[in-house]
Amino acid sequence: MIKQTPFYPRHLSAGGKIIEFAGYHLPVQFKGIIPEHHHVRTKVGVFDVSHMGRIRISGNDALRFINHMTTNDASTLAVYQAQYSVMCYPDGGIVDDLVVYRLPDHYLLVVNGANNEKDTQWLLEHRNGDVRIENITDAVAQLAIQGPKAEPCLQKICSIDLAPVGFYWATEGKIAGIDCLISRTGYTGEDGFELYIPAQSALAVWDALMEAGREFEIEPIGLGARDTLRLEMKYCLYGNDIDQTTNPLEAGLGFVVKLDKPGGFIGSEVLKQVAQEKPARRLVCLEMLEKAIPRPRLPVFADDNQIGITTSGTMSPSLNKGIALAYVQRRFSSSGTELTIEIRNHRARAVVVPPPFYKSGSRKK
Amino acid sequence: MAQIPEDLKYTKTHEWARIEGDIATVGITDFAQHELSDVVYVEITALGKTVKQNDPIGFIEAVKATSDIYAPLSGEVIEVNTQIHKAEGEAPAMVNRDPYGQGWLCRIKISHPEEINSLLDHTAYAELVKRSEHH
Repeated sequence: MIKQTPFYPRHLSAGGKIIEFAGYHLPVQFKGIIPEHHHVRTKVGVFDVSHMGRIRISGNDALRFINHMTTNDASTLAVYQAQYSVMCYPDGGIVDDLVVYRLPDHYLLVVNGANNEKDTQWLLEHRNGDVRIENITDAVAQLAIQGPKAEPCLQKICSIDLAPVGFYWATEGKIAGIDCLISRTGYTGEDGFELYIPAQSALAVWDALMEAGREFEIEPIGLGARDTLRLEMKYCLYGNDIDQTTNPLEAGLGFVVKLDKPGGFIGSEVLKQVAQEKPARRLVCLEMLEKAIPRPRLPVFADDNQIGITTSGTMSPSLNKGIALAYVQRRFSSSGTELTIEIRNHRARAVVVPPPFYKSGSRKK
Repeated sequence: MAQIPEDLKYTKTHEWARIEGDIATVGITDFAQHELSDVVYVEITALGKTVKQNDPIGFIEAVKATSDIYAPLSGEVIEVNTQIHKAEGEAPAMVNRDPYGQGWLCRIKISHPEEINSLLDHTAYAELVKRSEHH
């Protein structure tokens, strides 16, 4: 049974091309991936991300539990602060990547939609002490408002001042009179916010947002542009770039892996070993040096030896060239290394570049 | 709803053919361009070659995926649409904007006219599209 988000009627009326994604009917595009991509980079767009999983963790041992389950250090979070993090298996493979919010009396974990059930199960299996785990996905709708005009647009219908809300910080306030959790987060590289809205009020917020955003030319954006936008930033996509066979260190997510945090975490022993020996391969950014569009799961060569495989690939609308993420053997992972990707029986030339591909995003640092 | 002109023949792989004498003009259907979306590159690799019906003759790159193009009929690929073939920039998007007109891909000099009977007419193709559409 494929589910619908509360915004489904609006996707239909806006002419969205609907596909099944993570168990939901969601729009893959409205006007086209390329125009939608540019719209978010230059103006403001709104994404229905209600398919993401939302899991509420409470109880006296909530922090200890989250710190055991995730690689980042949740003990450093102030109230209303958020952090990107990863959950690992004992062997260091990735269960999921997620965002952890510390709220006044509980924590909120926002996980990939396709992993929602698996993650909830994983958390329940490891529940220990005074910890309550509630999956609140269906009760809450989620929107991402992204682009350089996101703040002035959202501010028009928001009861609190958004300017002081920093990158990866949240606040609670009214949007169009409805109580929401509001965070300055996103998956595009642009400035923007995510809203957590009571599901029954979701359409009222959508309609108010579209009305308020008219002067900024706000438009709904589909999953297609969400993917090209995130890829230009080297934001990992679970199932493509990371999964249970990859570890966060080789994926370049070491910045959210706190190996020395007290008590460790699931997978920390293996990851310490990996860190010591250095990963055998690394996830790198590859920019095409010739006219060719890389796709996922293509072999990567250094001279005549296959030394890696692509995990994501597309035509970058901002750079107007092919870009890919690929795991390559470590000695081929430094910036400037020229490699080839086998595309349609042709070894197309590419070069390792430092992340992100797109460097002019409006995202606050 | 996808447009399906009555005067064309169609393949199960979503190409169309406009047959005029012994020449078939070939493109992809409105349904196909909509499924692909955002065409950014077109290459007819079989230009100048003699191909058999259903042989791959080239490919279309969209932002999200690459898709092969198959010969609706056997014959020689004698011409490509130079406006979009191997073109950069906005030009290949003509396949999206006008799939049956300026977005045509190539012309084949038909060697086996009897194969025309094996192609789908517009009603049969409309049935196929209806079955392919999820919504």
